[in-house]
Order: sequence, then C-alpha cells, then structure tokens
Amino acid sequence: MPPSGNAARAPSRVHRPVLDWTFWAAAALTCATFVRAVAFTPVEATQGPAQKIFYVHLPAAWVAFLAFFIVALTSAIYLWLRDERLDLVAASSAEVGVVFTTVVLVTGPLWGRPVWGTWWTWDARLTSTLFLWLIYLGYLVLRGAVDDRAMRARFSAVLGILGALLIPFIHLSVYLFRTLHPMPIVGKPGRPNLPSEMLTTLLLALASFTLLYAAMLRARYRLAVQRAALEQEGAD
Amino acid sequence: MPDGPVIELTRMHRPPGLARAALIVARKDLAVEWRTRSALFSALVFSILSITIFFFAWDPTAVPAADLAPGVLWTIFTFSGLLGLHRSFGAEHAERAIDALLSAPVDREAIYLGKALANLAFVLVVQAVAVPAVILLYNLPVSGIVLPLAGITVLAAIGLVSVGTLFGSMAVNTRLAELLLPMLALPFFVPVVVPAAQATARLLNGRPPSEIFAWIKLLLAFDLVFVTACAIAFPYTLED
Repeated sequence: MPPSGNAARAPSRVHRPVLDWTFWAAAALTCATFVRAVAFTPVEATQGPAQKIFYVHLPAAWVAFLAFFIVALTSAIYLWLRDERLDLVAASSAEVGVVFTTVVLVTGPLWGRPVWGTWWTWDARLTSTLFLWLIYLGYLVLRGAVDDRAMRARFSAVLGILGALLIPFIHLSVYLFRTLHPMPIVGKPGRPNLPSEMLTTLLLALASFTLLYAAMLRARYRLAVQRAALEQEGAD
Repeated sequence: MPDGPVIELTRMHRPPGLARAALIVARKDLAVEWRTRSALFSALVFSILSITIFFFAWDPTAVPAADLAPGVLWTIFTFSGLLGLHRSFGAEHAERAIDALLSAPVDREAIYLGKALANLAFVLVVQAVAVPAVILLYNLPVSGIVLPLAGITVLAAIGLVSVGTLFGSMAVNTRLAELLLPMLALPFFVPVVVPAAQATARLLNGRPPSEIFAWIKLLLAFDLVFVTACAIAFPYTLED
C-alpha cells in the first residue's frame, strides 16, 4: 500500500511483547538500588529507618514531574506537527506519570507521620503534587470520554499544556500560605549536606527510577500503538 | 471571478474585527440567556440557598462572621460560576448552532473572547447579588470594603471564565459532558480562589493594603497568563 496522507502517519500494527528486556533491566536495577538503600546505606541519625523511604519518595517525585513535562512538551509539538505518535507518547507518559505520582502521594504520608507527626499538611509541594495527580487523572478521564481520535488528541494536548502552566500557580499560591517541606538538598549551591554514601544511593535511585520510567513509557507506548491500530481496524 | 453584485455585497458586509466580532458574539449569548433567564435564575437561587446552608453548617456564633464570609463567598462563586459555564456551549451544541457560529467570517479567538465576555457578565451579575447577600446576612462591615471587594471579584471572575469557557467548549463534545467540566476546571480555580479568599479575609480584618495587594498581584498574573493561553488554545477545541 503506498503511504499517503494520514495513512503514513498512522502507527502500524506490530506484534511485539509489550514488556521487553528494557523493562526487566530497569526493574532489576531498581531492585538492586533498594537492596543498597536498605542494607548498605547508613541509617540516618535522627529519623532512623523511616528515612529509607526517601530513596523511593524523591526519585518518584522527580519522575512524576519529568513525566508531566514530557506530556506538556509532546502535546505542544503535537498541536504543531499533528503527528499521532506524539499524542500516543503524551498519553503513555501521563499514565506512567500518574503511577509515579501515586507512589509519591503514598510514600509521603508514610514518611511524614513518624517524622513530622502528621500524615498530611497543606504545604506548597504537597498541594501541587496532589493537584498534579488530580489534573492528570482528569486528563485520562478526558481521553476516555472522547471517541474521535483527532479530537481526543487535540483536547488532551490542550489540557496537557494548560496543566503544566497551572502547577506553578498552585505552588505559588499555596507557598504564600506557609511551607513545611524541607528545601532541596541536592541541587543546592555549595556542598550538598547529604553524606556521600547516602548521596550515591540517592543518585542511583534517581537513575534507576528514570530508566524505569523510560522503560514503562516505551511499553505503554507500544500498547497504545497496538490499541490505535485495533481502533483503526474497527473503524475501517 | 466574482461579478459586480458579489463585490458589492462583500464590501457592505466586511467581516468585523476581533473586538467587534467578540462583542457581537457576547451580545448574542446574552440575548439568548436574557430571553429565558433560566440559567441566571438558577444560579441566583443556588447562591442564596448556599449562603443559608453555609450559615447552618458553620455556626457563626462560634466563628467570627468575618472569618467565615470569605470561604462562603468564594465557594459560592466557584460553583455558581460552573452553572453558567456549562450553559455557554451546551446551547450551541444542542441544535448544532455552533456550526453556524463557526462558519461566520470571524477569527475563532473572537468567538472565544465573545463567549468569555458573556460568561463574565453572567458571573458578575450573580456576584452582584451574592456578595451583598453575604455582607447583609453575615452582618459584615460595609465601610471601605465595597470598591476593593468589587475589584477582587472582577479579577477573580476574569480568571474563572477564561479557563471555564475553554473547558466548557471541550466538555460539551465529550460523552461525559457536564460531569467532566468540574473535574477539568476545578483544579484551575484553585489559584483564583486562594488569592481571592485571602485578599477578602485581609480586607474584612482591616489589614494594611500592601498585604492585600500581594494577593491581587497573583490574581492579575493568573488572568494575564490564562486569558492569553486559553485564547490561543481555544481554536484547537473546535472541529476543523
């Protein structure tokens, strides 16, 4: 079939396993990082073992924000180029992002309870993470509620971009309230005040979570391509 | 090649500019609403009912009225605003009237601005009743707060309708329709309601103007960013 117009842009149907070696490699690396975090990294003096959750919480938060940055970026490029693959990447990234944001929102209270003495506080970072989660749940619901593929792509691209614009506003408006969350401890100018062993574990965790995100995004994208091909078959 | 009479026609009916086209769309929307006034009345009745419900939900003898009022006012503002926003595109969608609107020789940004202006008028009329009602029923001091409160209300309403109009246009095209609008729009109302409620609370407690102004700057920034972003994004929410 000669490629023409939309047909050339439509993703082709491929029968490949959704979870391939990249996913299993990233998952194995993540497990190895956890072993290092639990068994071979010193226990923090004041917080005790509770601090170990830090090696899940912070990397998950980094990936959550990275995922939604990718959503906004691919959405903006989609509206420009109108390539369906970009829409599928955005959708996949949003779904993976929701998973990591859920991890942040579950590990945060678990850590906050013994250390701050409270499950939840309406601090700027907590609130903006909660709204990040809510906006992208709305994003996924919106995608499910539109049948036309081109319209679904345009609508979700608009929401993906506006959502990224909104987060700084929520952060700022709640920040003006009050804030309890510790300030960043890695990207700070001057010497990082984490002991080097903890820092290595943290950087390893950041790297393995980022790889895990990339692998999950790849797997979810493959699934999206297959699903789009099925939808196309049904429409023809 | 167009012949004489056609040229004559296009000369007579030159498409209006952005501002004029927006005003025409707004006038049409307001005329349609004014004929039935059904959405307006339901939003007004909703506001008054909410004030009474909030009055009994939080005992004003236990908490000072000045501390309760901002919360009541801005909660009502948010939800009565949603009532009006759904009407904006629901009517267009029902009989496919939107097709006629889209075939008009005007920019789609003008349609957005017109719709947003009509929604702004709607929200402001509801607030013009709801704000005095809250002041009256909660026995708030009136002196010196009327003008600043009106200013905060206008800024907050601009923020609310800028996002709400865009999502109204999207939600009406989905299977969930009116269920989806609050889900999409409410997170975007947070940076509107937080500064508006904080500024109102400071106003009612007689805080210095500099404290109030810090919150008003945030409202202004939100309005600027989202009116621009939503006007740019709006054409993408319409059918090609």
